[in-house]
Amino acid sequence: MIKQSPLAGDDAVVKEALRRLDHPARRLFMQRALTLGGLSLLTGCSITDDESVENALMKVSRLNDKAQAWLFDPNRLAPTYPESMITRPFPFNAFYDEDRVPDVDADAFRLEVSGRVADKHAWTLSELRAMPQADQITRHICVEGWSAIGKWGGVPFSAFLRRVGADLNARYVGFKCADDYYTSIDMPTALHPQTLLALSYDGQTLPRRYGFPMKLRMPTKLGYKNPKHVQAIFVTNTYPGGYWEDQGYNWFGGS
Amino acid sequence: MIIKTSMETLNTLEGRAIHPLWLRITHWMNALAVVAMTLSGWRIYNASPLFDFRFADGLTLGGWLGGALQWHFAAMWLLTANGLAYLLLNAGSGRLWKRFFPLSPRMFLADLRAALRGHLSHADPRRYNSVQRLAYLFVMADSVLLVLSGLVLWKSVQFPLLRELLGGYEPARRVHFFAMAALAGFVTVHLVMVARVPRTLRAMTLGR
Repeated sequence: MIKQSPLAGDDAVVKEALRRLDHPARRLFMQRALTLGGLSLLTGCSITDDESVENALMKVSRLNDKAQAWLFDPNRLAPTYPESMITRPFPFNAFYDEDRVPDVDADAFRLEVSGRVADKHAWTLSELRAMPQADQITRHICVEGWSAIGKWGGVPFSAFLRRVGADLNARYVGFKCADDYYTSIDMPTALHPQTLLALSYDGQTLPRRYGFPMKLRMPTKLGYKNPKHVQAIFVTNTYPGGYWEDQGYNWFGGS
Repeated sequence: MIIKTSMETLNTLEGRAIHPLWLRITHWMNALAVVAMTLSGWRIYNASPLFDFRFADGLTLGGWLGGALQWHFAAMWLLTANGLAYLLLNAGSGRLWKRFFPLSPRMFLADLRAALRGHLSHADPRRYNSVQRLAYLFVMADSVLLVLSGLVLWKSVQFPLLRELLGGYEPARRVHFFAMAALAGFVTVHLVMVARVPRTLRAMTLGR
């Protein structure tokens, strides 16, 4: 730009040349900045529907999964609370109304275990109840923002994974549920000391509305990562996704 | 020789800039991030309103909760990285102390009174009056609070000290909301002031 001004002997000419060359470019830049930044944000609908924007946001979300895996400290515990702080009644929440909660037959029920595990036998409820149990009073945080404190009891999930001889270096643990819900989690969270295969709520057999016969309870994950009415568990290195995750909720989805 | 003279002229011009280039860039990047964070944040708020009102869906960004969260968790990187760059350059260049201090309650009240009477001078846009100084320092602190309370909401288990400082997860939601409200209040006044003294827009864009 500067080399191109042949008459630039004195300052006035240079200034004038710079002014002329400079301003249209800057103005154009501003126009573009306003068009992109301002207009497209103001017309929020169209930019949200744009497929390339959606893809870019999905890519950032997958990068955020990696950032969160890196931030996750497997020994950091979620806070626990006294019984007096339990939220009563604990809210019902699902992607369907309460009258459509599945009715699972306890006697016929078998928990399927598959994928990268040594022992693939299907578990009865009494076999699971015979394993050492633990309980916790922790805060359930929903992706919508609200939270509630509840008390869950059951088999520490890390003990269950070790018992079935799961490949603990595998990347994912997936869940399939009686209400057609499905989700998956990372192995470090699956092995977290507070991750429970919950069989009870507040000292009672896990009620139907909270996920009978079992739910995976993780105080380090948002509600949608905590599957209810779990029927099948599989260990895999292939990304299994999830009901909400496939629609755009962040896969890691937790703290 | 020609090139040398031209470069000197350019340096003088840039030297006379009211706002340095890094400041103008970080300002507009921040504006973009704040708009994206606020509008997507309103959509997230609507999923489970803390108070007895909702934001009009047409004003929000993301289309639904999942989309709004994607915007929020993408724009947060821009807000944080750009905000850190601004704070480091501001403190490192000495501009923070030079432009924002001294500041005293007496100076602030005197300037506020003058401003309300319409008597406050804007003759030298390089010099911030005490009301501006306090407002800009406030919005810096408020933005830090927004990021920190956001960290507690996003990662409550991983940042226990921060979580307990803010009183826990639920209080952190309120801190995050009111910090947003304060930021929105600042932006409103800021835009009114820019409309009243339009050459500040030119200064923040072209530098002079």
